[in-house]
Amino acid sequence: MKYASEFRDSRLARGLISKIERSSRTPVRFMEFCGSHTVAIFRYGIRQVLPKTVTTLSGPGCPICVTANADLDKAIALARIPNVIMASFGDVLRVPGSYTSLQAVRAEGADVRVIYSAMDALKIAQNNPTKQVVLLGIGFETTTPTIAAAILQAEQESLTNFSVLSWHKLSPPAMKALLDSGDVALDGLICPGHVSIITGSQAWEFIARDYGIPCVVAGFEPLDILQCVDMLVSQVENGVAKVEIAYRRGVQHEGNTVAQQLMETVFEPCPAQWRGMGTIPASGLKLRPEYGRFDAEQVFDIDPGPTREPEGCICGEVLRGVSPPVDCPLFGKVCHPENPVGACMVSSEGSCFTYYLYGGKNE
Amino acid sequence: MCVAIPALIKSIDGQLAQVEIGGITQTANLQLCPQAQVGDYVIVHTGYAINTLDRQEAKETLDLFEAIARVAQEEN
Ligand code: SF4
Repeated sequence: MKYASEFRDSRLARGLISKIERSSRTPVRFMEFCGSHTVAIFRYGIRQVLPKTVTTLSGPGCPICVTANADLDKAIALARIPNVIMASFGDVLRVPGSYTSLQAVRAEGADVRVIYSAMDALKIAQNNPTKQVVLLGIGFETTTPTIAAAILQAEQESLTNFSVLSWHKLSPPAMKALLDSGDVALDGLICPGHVSIITGSQAWEFIARDYGIPCVVAGFEPLDILQCVDMLVSQVENGVAKVEIAYRRGVQHEGNTVAQQLMETVFEPCPAQWRGMGTIPASGLKLRPEYGRFDAEQVFDIDPGPTREPEGCICGEVLRGVSPPVDCPLFGKVCHPENPVGACMVSSEGSCFTYYLYGGKNE
Repeated sequence: MCVAIPALIKSIDGQLAQVEIGGITQTANLQLCPQAQVGDYVIVHTGYAINTLDRQEAKETLDLFEAIARVAQEEN
């Protein structure tokens, strides 16, 4: 068992597809919350093999895409402070803020370093005792525990030159805000697999219960996604709405309690601004006061000034599932991966990038 | 940045494990996944193992897919 190739078997895929074809009667719209699901759905051509009754649409689950310009501007202002080393995951560098990007200020001389793991940022701090290292904390529940672990390690090692700029966000409140807005009508939710490894499938129960929308947690291999669609279709056809798991090898009901505990120790919920969705209460995470000395917002006095949105970019609507990227007048013309106008064209999990890469124009 | 992939644990030294992903050896931190043992597959995200993969569950899922594929074949 390699936990990968087995779940890409085309014969088994055909079986699942024909089961879906046989059972699907009602036209349905399922949203995949997670950008990595959007990528997998396009990469494996899943939209093309599903019956006409089943439509999938992309949701807001791309942490880089939903980061507001105000936050990007803050990071850029921070990176410009002499003596600061900004440690960031790679994709973030090219995301345009209101006026410039981390990549551009790096070209002008700011010390911005690409990291693969929060552990790398700790190493940079240990190796550069005279510099202030700021880790750009970005991500949903999958990533947040790793940043929490790094902060606790910094505390243990009494590091005084390490802090985190927290953009961390929580997935369930975003889904709730999206449903409350009434912008999109959904018949089912493809719940994020790796977020759910941490939160457990329990995190989605309120959606089934309060909104009557079937929820199925899915993995990222083609058979995982087909199984998820099959389970959602069955729920719809049987008139039920509950939370199920199509990724049982990785996800449990209660989630990773060790990781939850770490997150809980270091972070507390706060309102957060989401691109396209405004400020959502208790949807962000900030460092608890006990860890204030590791909070970049408290360590530095940052005022990036007024923000600005890129003209013509409809990222906000794309993230809410209201419009597909191809509806954007800039898509593929002015905006493409070499010249991204909005965040959704930068991130490798962004809807615009994925549509562009897989020729979504012709879908 | 959200990439999270299955990796096989080859050895463990304290909180750090050597894991193999597609023939390449990497270091993974086990702090979020203290139950992981040598020989387990874990999901690794940004250098941290976030969960072990359950062999029994994986097998049952694949058996279910086999059964579904058989029914589909018979119907066609
Ligand atoms: S195509 Fe570009 S400009 Fe249009 S919504 Fe996507 S990122 Fe924004």
